[in-house]
Amino acid sequence: MAQRILVFIEERQGSVKKTSLEALFAARKLADDLKEPVTALHIGADDRTALLASYGADKVVRAHHDLLASYSPEGFAATVVEYARNTSPRIILASATAMGRDFLPRAAARLQVGLAQDCTEARIVEGQELECVRPIFAGKAYARLRPAMTPAMATLRPNVFSLGTADASRIAATEVFSPSLSAEKIRARVQEVKAAAGQKVVLTEANIIVSGGRGLKGPENFAMIQELADALGGAMGASRAAVDAGWIDHPYQVGQTGKTVSPTLYIACGISGAIQHLAGMSTSKYIVAINKDPEAPIFKLADYGIVGDLFTIVPALTQEVKKLKS
Amino acid sequence: MKIVVCVNYVPDTAIKVKLAADGKAVDLADAAYVVNPYDEFAVEAALQIKEKVGGEVIVVSAGPEKANTGLRTCLAMGADSAILVKEDSIEKADAFAIGSILAQICAELKPDIIFFGKNSIGVDDGQVPAVVADQLDLPQVSVVVKLEIQDGKFRAEREIEGAREVIEGSLPAVFTAQKGLNTPRYASLKGIMAAKKKQIESRPLSALGLPAESLLPRLSWEQVMLPPSRPPGKILTGDAAQTVPELVRLLHDEAKVI
Repeated sequence: MAQRILVFIEERQGSVKKTSLEALFAARKLADDLKEPVTALHIGADDRTALLASYGADKVVRAHHDLLASYSPEGFAATVVEYARNTSPRIILASATAMGRDFLPRAAARLQVGLAQDCTEARIVEGQELECVRPIFAGKAYARLRPAMTPAMATLRPNVFSLGTADASRIAATEVFSPSLSAEKIRARVQEVKAAAGQKVVLTEANIIVSGGRGLKGPENFAMIQELADALGGAMGASRAAVDAGWIDHPYQVGQTGKTVSPTLYIACGISGAIQHLAGMSTSKYIVAINKDPEAPIFKLADYGIVGDLFTIVPALTQEVKKLKS
Repeated sequence: MKIVVCVNYVPDTAIKVKLAADGKAVDLADAAYVVNPYDEFAVEAALQIKEKVGGEVIVVSAGPEKANTGLRTCLAMGADSAILVKEDSIEKADAFAIGSILAQICAELKPDIIFFGKNSIGVDDGQVPAVVADQLDLPQVSVVVKLEIQDGKFRAEREIEGAREVIEGSLPAVFTAQKGLNTPRYASLKGIMAAKKKQIESRPLSALGLPAESLLPRLSWEQVMLPPSRPPGKILTGDAAQTVPELVRLLHDEAKVI
């Protein structure tokens, strides 16, 4: 059986990442247009056939090797490359996570093909060609691209592609794949994963983000932003101005030199909306701005906004949200 | 310790994007250019290692004539020498071509460490370092926020979703720098004066003898578009006692997001 679309499935802390299921469901839709099968390749100890079948895989391949017990870009790239060389897929997809963005370029380099990184759209055109849309200049523009060589490779931006609905009645074939890896070629492996202090919900995967900027006036007031984020079950973010002022650490920064995010709801508190910030969050589905300056550029992008003092509005909003949820 | 830092000279992050006449690129004719912000972290990391253990820092760029200005900035920060692979078409080349060019230069220089910024502002795809690492058969660690080098070994921390991965290995290796790794220094007056006397070695692309295959585009750019404009929003003014409940109602009933 031809295996025309290959999707890399990422596991973290013993479970399959939701964003990989988004990529798998996107692959399913492409495969339906091409009338070709989807193979999901995962690296891990456990069988994932039922889950991956329910999101659209026709075949589930579990790659297994002692050298894959911890992540290495060399080992993971070599595994995907070897499997691709064995099966000649037309398309290879993965989620544009820290891991996907890290090792897929190495796999593409080995296969001497291109890789469209961090795509926000993927479709089949002219009956068989993959076409992707990806943000450039941090979302100030978008490029429509077609991979010129086979396999066509793309990583898909988290939170942008629909997850679809799992169909438990779907079944898939299972295969165990043992790549031929050598320890001398895996020279940079993860020894340890340290949880970042304080970040409760991962920014790039959050459905709701509440961000604070210079309008907060000081580091102590981020507690207020975190409370609103907690009430909403979301993540906390920050503008570059707040990070550069030393009020909060860089992993929280949203924007062109920070994280690019696409949540369902983005609430910007005391952020005027410098173009570099807007570039990092403009693909959010709904944007809410809270700012005392009615002329702040953030209001031009906002779906909803309140002009006023955030020190009154944000705590009131937290209370109102808690009331709604109770 | 020989350290190569690959730097890119890119349009400033504050630019407003305009489309080129053919609709397939961004018009950068009026853009101000800067050293790619992430590359400054890479240069700083290289200089700090040199200051600690000795050695030399060579900055390398592939690009048009104006990339000299970016290299000069790095020399003023303290890099010892610079190489520019000069080719006007490089701004349009993709990661595989640029990576193949830089790999060729690094193969000659045989550095212990190759640094990059985690990605270039603009194309934002962060693939060139992986091409170099693959072609030179070196280990790579990307998005590095902490790096220790000792006795030919490294211990690096890279940023992932809500955590850091600690990666250990041996040199030579390729690293890509993320904001947070350090605070890049400003060039001192003395540094700027010294940089004027340093040579930038210019190499025409044709002199590298790369196979034509390496320079072929891997991705075909069909169109560049501006983001869709958003409809005007509902902006509430007045007393928070009214605006806050109204906002929650809109988010709950209209947008259905909370």
